[in-house]
Amino acid sequence: MWPENMPQNASKGPSRGLIIDKTRMGELVQELADRIVAANPDLSEVTLVGIRTRGTHLARRIAERVAKSVGQTVPVGILDITLYRDDLRARIDQPELLRTEIPGPVEGHNIILVDDVLFTGRTIRAALDGIMDLGRARKIQLAVLVDRGHRELPIRANYTGQYIETTQDETVRVRFVEDGDEDSVILREIQRP
Amino acid sequence: MSLIIKGGRVIDPVGGLDRVCDLEIDKGRIVRTGRGLSGERVLEASGLWVLPGLIDMHVHLREPGYEYKETIESGSRAAAAGGFTAVACMANTDPVNDNGSVTDFILSQARRRAAVRIYPVGALTKKLKGEQLAEIAEMKVRGVVALSDDGATPMNAEVMRRGLEYASTFGLPVIAHCDDQNLSRKGVMHEGAVSMRLGLPGIPDAAEACIVGREILLAELTGAALHIAHVSSRRSVALIRGAKERGVAVTAEVTPHHLTLNDAALAEYDTNLKVSPPLRTEADRRALVEGLIDGTLDAVASDHAPHNIAEKEVEFENAAFGMIGLETSLPLLLRLVHAGTLTPSQLVQVMAVAPARILGLPGGTLGKGVDADVSLVDPDRVFSVDPQTLLSRSRNTPFGGWELKGKAVCTLLRGKKAYEDREWKSRQKVSS
Amino acid sequence: MAWGKRKDLLGIEDLSRDEIETILDTAESFKEVSLREIKKVPTLRGTTIVNLFLEPSTRTRTSFELAGKRLSADVINVSAASSSILKGESLKDTAWNIEAMNTDILVVRHSAAGAAHFLSKVLDCSVINGGDGAHEHPSQALLDLFSIRERKKRIEGLTVSIIGDIAHSRVALSNILALQKMGARVRIAGPATMIPLGVASLGVEVTYDMDAAIEGADVIMMLRIQKERQGAHLFPSVREYATHFGLNQQRLRGAKKNLLIMHPGPINRGVEIAPDVADGPYSIILDQVTNGVAVRMAILFLYSGAAQ
Repeated sequence: MWPENMPQNASKGPSRGLIIDKTRMGELVQELADRIVAANPDLSEVTLVGIRTRGTHLARRIAERVAKSVGQTVPVGILDITLYRDDLRARIDQPELLRTEIPGPVEGHNIILVDDVLFTGRTIRAALDGIMDLGRARKIQLAVLVDRGHRELPIRANYTGQYIETTQDETVRVRFVEDGDEDSVILREIQRP
Repeated sequence: MSLIIKGGRVIDPVGGLDRVCDLEIDKGRIVRTGRGLSGERVLEASGLWVLPGLIDMHVHLREPGYEYKETIESGSRAAAAGGFTAVACMANTDPVNDNGSVTDFILSQARRRAAVRIYPVGALTKKLKGEQLAEIAEMKVRGVVALSDDGATPMNAEVMRRGLEYASTFGLPVIAHCDDQNLSRKGVMHEGAVSMRLGLPGIPDAAEACIVGREILLAELTGAALHIAHVSSRRSVALIRGAKERGVAVTAEVTPHHLTLNDAALAEYDTNLKVSPPLRTEADRRALVEGLIDGTLDAVASDHAPHNIAEKEVEFENAAFGMIGLETSLPLLLRLVHAGTLTPSQLVQVMAVAPARILGLPGGTLGKGVDADVSLVDPDRVFSVDPQTLLSRSRNTPFGGWELKGKAVCTLLRGKKAYEDREWKSRQKVSS
Repeated sequence: MAWGKRKDLLGIEDLSRDEIETILDTAESFKEVSLREIKKVPTLRGTTIVNLFLEPSTRTRTSFELAGKRLSADVINVSAASSSILKGESLKDTAWNIEAMNTDILVVRHSAAGAAHFLSKVLDCSVINGGDGAHEHPSQALLDLFSIRERKKRIEGLTVSIIGDIAHSRVALSNILALQKMGARVRIAGPATMIPLGVASLGVEVTYDMDAAIEGADVIMMLRIQKERQGAHLFPSVREYATHFGLNQQRLRGAKKNLLIMHPGPINRGVEIAPDVADGPYSIILDQVTNGVAVRMAILFLYSGAAQ
């Protein structure tokens, strides 16, 4: 399912494999940073909270760009949503639980959740619950690098790097230098045995 | 009408016989052995062992009082299925067999319902309390063959001394269950590395050996006939060996489970392995096998102790002590024979000859003119133990699922079939 | 991370070092939850946990209860006094009744060793051993490891002395097994009546001398002395025990500077441990209680999916 009002910057077509390269990814991160700055005049109230683990990489990148552009340091937190997942008991493997670390208070702050890919929306639902258990934020927004559609919950990002048309049989993988890869976004068909 | 058991390997250590030949039975008695014998009826026994009926000198038939665990009828059928033609049943029934009327009851039940010979063992002390001597002479007259407070040990050495003396007056051996109850306290298994790991209260081997030592000294003092029941530890074996070397009138028995298993088997808290005395270490088990081979331990007895599932399907510490054994005793001993540890002749010695001698019973031989109590054993028959198909009324065996080799296929009591293996029977029909 | 989904936690004996580390690492995340203002996460929403405590226990039961509640599970306590066991019902029947209420996790404390094993065989739900007789108390050992690791940053290579009634203590056995799996050296000390017969098979150092037990130890674990055991001929009097095997300031003069003193509780002040030692600078007895909740949250979390 694709959003009814298809956005302008949607990439169409079945261009599998590398769909966003290093350069383009850098541009997208810059755009996200610029739009966040534009939409949030008081950056001192903003905390970027990356959803483990790739959302954390993206949150740090955005914070770096913001610092370069406007000279303001925005704190970056890490949120582990394992405890809030709705598929815990159905999973065969046991998910690894890592620590949640948010610098400073959530109470009254402007939280921008950051994740690499927006898909069904379930991760974001879990993240919202996780954040709310930590305190009553004044405002919670969402920034993602890629929106690949197929939402199962009524959730939309405030800041989206790029929309990519996909089918259910495909996966979108965002790679980061931090994990030992080259920055890139790869689209693949799910290999089924 | 004579019966010829044809072509089996006849093993009769008393008669010095171990060869393939025929055995003739007439009017319930053994007539002769020889080759090419003929008679009106023939039992084809080639490939089988033809043994004197096995005797289990230590079983619990639970009647009177605990008929939900076992009865004289069900226990005797289990015995026949295990190749036994006689069993001695212990006195810890309810009421306790500590007087002539209970002995009478047991024997009258036996006459009416038992598949094999039943020899009651009387209590040494009233209600097995270890305080006052039971009416021993009275019970002797009614038919007890030995005396024992099995399940308990008179903790007062004076009582034991007088019991031995008084029993010897009437020519009855005393069967001693050796357990220092202060040392064993609330113990439920052998005390050692395994009990420590399992967190279960332990029974030290000294709890047995202390009393074995005491009883031997009292037997020496009194000159009475002493039989040590279900020896479980190497220390006890050593004490008995020493006593025999000194010429003390002591005999001893060991169970198939103590010869087969050690305490490591308890790792999963299987309550069917909870027995008294407990399964001990591998070193103890080896010493028991050694003791059996060198004659320190005279006999094998099952200590068949039936319990209802409700008494076993509970926490280990709360479970009843004991396992059934009549139907697995012979197959377990045959493992030692197949392993070359024991000869077939030795097996007959410990499972028939010695029990008869110790208790002064007829049987234990295939000699001319004796009652034809005969066990036909297929030493090569492989079968899996299925607790549900056992003839005992209880199911408390830890050997369920074990693949065993060798079993009794036909048991004759005074020349009549007391038990017949179904598979063997069907083959007989085909061949005749 | 090593976690093959397991159904039951019956003892430390069954766990590998990797699995123990996974539990401890997971517990660290849960410790963070316990420090939040809202100390609750929805992870086990809809999960039913029954604490079947057939032997008196406040500490362990409360700790498991709090752990379950912080994970949003429904937690029910069944104690010896309230259960039908006293009315003659067998443990098996009690357990089946509990399971018939669609219980997902059963935490069981029982005076009989092997009770948890017994239940794990008859039940489909996860069974967590909350202490069985003198056998094991795995969650206690895990929280002890967690508390040591938190302070010392490692367990490997440490020398840990366990002092008291080793022979009748499930805490001692679980800790000995756990510490050895993690690479610590274990010493045990107490009067010979309290050292088990099979101790040689454990590979621990045994001493009957308190000073030798204390010297060079990085951690000392004191065990609770059960006063009722006086009747079992283990020691002649509480006074004599306290004098010869109790931990007091004077004895600690030979101790390492950064020693940790632990006790599974409840403490007999003035018997196995002097009050000023229990409350003193080496003591991490209250850390153990705090960490107990986090470690039990980790246990419930890791074992919760297994019953599926």
